[in-house]
Amino acid sequence: MSTVTEATGLGSYLEAFSEMRQRTSHQPEWLRTLREDAFGQFCDIGFPTLKDEAWRFTSVAPIARESFSLAEGGAAELTLEDLKPFLIADAACRLVFVNGRFAAELSDCEPLPAGVEAGSLAAEIGSNPAALKSSLGRHLDLGTDPFCSLNTAFLEDGGYVRIAKGTVLASPIHLLFVSTDLDSPVMAHPRNLILAGPNSQADVVEEHVSLGDAKLFSNTATELVAEENAVIAHHMIERENRTSFHISTLQMHQERNSNVSSHSVLIGGALVRNNVHPVLAGEGGACLINGLFLGDDSQHLDNYMLVDHASPHCASHQFYNGILGGKSHGVFHGRIIVRKDAQQTDAKQTNRNLLLSDDAQIDTKPQLEIYADDVKCTHGATIGQLDENALYYLRSRGIDETSARELLLFAFAGECTGRIRSTPIREHVERIVRQSLPEGMTSDGTGEGAERRWEEIG
Amino acid sequence: MSLLEVRDLHANVDGKEILKGIDLVVNPGEIHSIMGPNGSGKSTLAAVLARREGYEVTKGEVLFRGKDLLEMKPEDVACEGLFLAFQYPVEVPGISNAYFLRAALNAQRKYRGEDPLDAIDFLPVLKEKMKLLEMEEQFQSRSVNEGFSGGEKKRNEIVQMAVLEPTLAVLDETDSGLDIDALRVVANGVNAMRREDRSMILVTHYQRLLDYIVPDYVHVLANGRIVKSGGPELALELEREGYGWVEEALAAK
Repeated sequence: MSTVTEATGLGSYLEAFSEMRQRTSHQPEWLRTLREDAFGQFCDIGFPTLKDEAWRFTSVAPIARESFSLAEGGAAELTLEDLKPFLIADAACRLVFVNGRFAAELSDCEPLPAGVEAGSLAAEIGSNPAALKSSLGRHLDLGTDPFCSLNTAFLEDGGYVRIAKGTVLASPIHLLFVSTDLDSPVMAHPRNLILAGPNSQADVVEEHVSLGDAKLFSNTATELVAEENAVIAHHMIERENRTSFHISTLQMHQERNSNVSSHSVLIGGALVRNNVHPVLAGEGGACLINGLFLGDDSQHLDNYMLVDHASPHCASHQFYNGILGGKSHGVFHGRIIVRKDAQQTDAKQTNRNLLLSDDAQIDTKPQLEIYADDVKCTHGATIGQLDENALYYLRSRGIDETSARELLLFAFAGECTGRIRSTPIREHVERIVRQSLPEGMTSDGTGEGAERRWEEIG
Repeated sequence: MSLLEVRDLHANVDGKEILKGIDLVVNPGEIHSIMGPNGSGKSTLAAVLARREGYEVTKGEVLFRGKDLLEMKPEDVACEGLFLAFQYPVEVPGISNAYFLRAALNAQRKYRGEDPLDAIDFLPVLKEKMKLLEMEEQFQSRSVNEGFSGGEKKRNEIVQMAVLEPTLAVLDETDSGLDIDALRVVANGVNAMRREDRSMILVTHYQRLLDYIVPDYVHVLANGRIVKSGGPELALELEREGYGWVEEALAAK
């Protein structure tokens, strides 16, 4: 990338940052300092290049060479009807963000169960910033990822969820990020903060969708803190339009005996990078990192895991399945660090991929760094095509070829969707997956309802 | 009209001629057994009938219910009522037996212009057929054939056959590798399905199966041709004499 285009890119960020600096000048100093430091860091490092080990399979040049402005509003033109295709039945709470801004009139969180706080981060910054000081920006590692710096520099709004000690929330919290058709390329830097108190339990969905075809650069970061014995599941569903860029980071801080699941489903976007960074900070923590990515056309979908085993007796299990068609390019890069004191670590990593065309590509890379001596770490990756024997077997029973392909692809995807414990979320994801299987693979020739699970009769 | 008419069928696998002119007529309700030594073309014949890829028909014709079978896709052959019990059933991870079978049955019902069965209507049908083959209920929710033993896979083939109720069932070495108890279970299942309008072709290497399922006709296949046809007594003769005489007869030609 040339210095000229790079300068152009950073210039637009500088402009946007000055603008935001003025707008937020009344906010507490610690928050302003957090942003200033992050922006400084971003300007120092700049965008990553293929020379960075963590980015060796993904060029962000298309993002770097473009100028984006911060999106303004857009919620006024929307009605709940526009959001209908994206809603989750039985959600306890829905927070809607349009072009990165909280849209109260499209959200619905009343009444919230006792012990649950859910709203916009902007509102919380406005009304009770002191409550955020101890957690906001505390866990995200700005040093390693310029996009996290950029997100923190533009930290203004996003989802804020706090589950009080001992509170068990049965229904999901849905954070829905919607982009609208705007004239010029815009960016949004949603920032989410999820705080789960001791012994609490909740399921959170973070979903990114597009209304229209406008190009969006969405750079989101989520800090999730699971205190002792908390059981939390986070679900990232990325299904933006095929012109958009999407970078997201889920930073998880896990205390003693906490049990956190991260489920990622990448379907949309032109260039997508999803980082999942659990830090197993307390003994006995368990982390499930489950993912599915479906690529088609010339999509680039990069899954990057950095699992930090910092304490003994923790378990992390990664399962990622990819289905790639067209000229799409998938990446699975799973880095596991087992610190010196993290004895009895059980770390497992599995990446399975189906390539549906000759031009589809997958890069899969395990990266294990083990400094403890009593650990169990395994990793494995497979790359293959749809099983022709299985396809013929299904056809020999009367199932037409298109339906048989769809069944096999859905079964492959089902290995991942089946790990989602919350039924409404799993059904939501399965519906999306079924709609999104590569073109020509989708049909409903078996007379089945779209929402059904394969194991329904069992 | 005959159910199945095979006329002068020649077929190649990887450029090598395996079937060298098969003639076979199966009428409704008849049970035919096709026996022969390894490599004689028994499984190739079954595969060609079920329209498996990789088998090139170079000559001859096959009419199934009066239609040109060699012009049909595998799924259409199945929907027309031909069922192949695989010699080596395929594992399909991630799709439950119950789901798979209902999808298959509904695909066939759709082909015939019938309404699909929902899970509630289908479940009793499946349960009954599984009971017939002495399969435990847990198998319905397990992935198709995944982790099944050899005998379980073969029984599962017959469960599928029982659910799909074909007009013509082709059993490709369903008896191979089965112990005597499993063989009895499979044979009982097959016998329970015998009907006046349902025909079967039993492809087997061993006469033992025919103690349990008694065929109307036995054909001996050798080197890609049917070299001898007769009644059930022919199978006993083969059992007594072995396939040696077949090979000798061929060598003498």
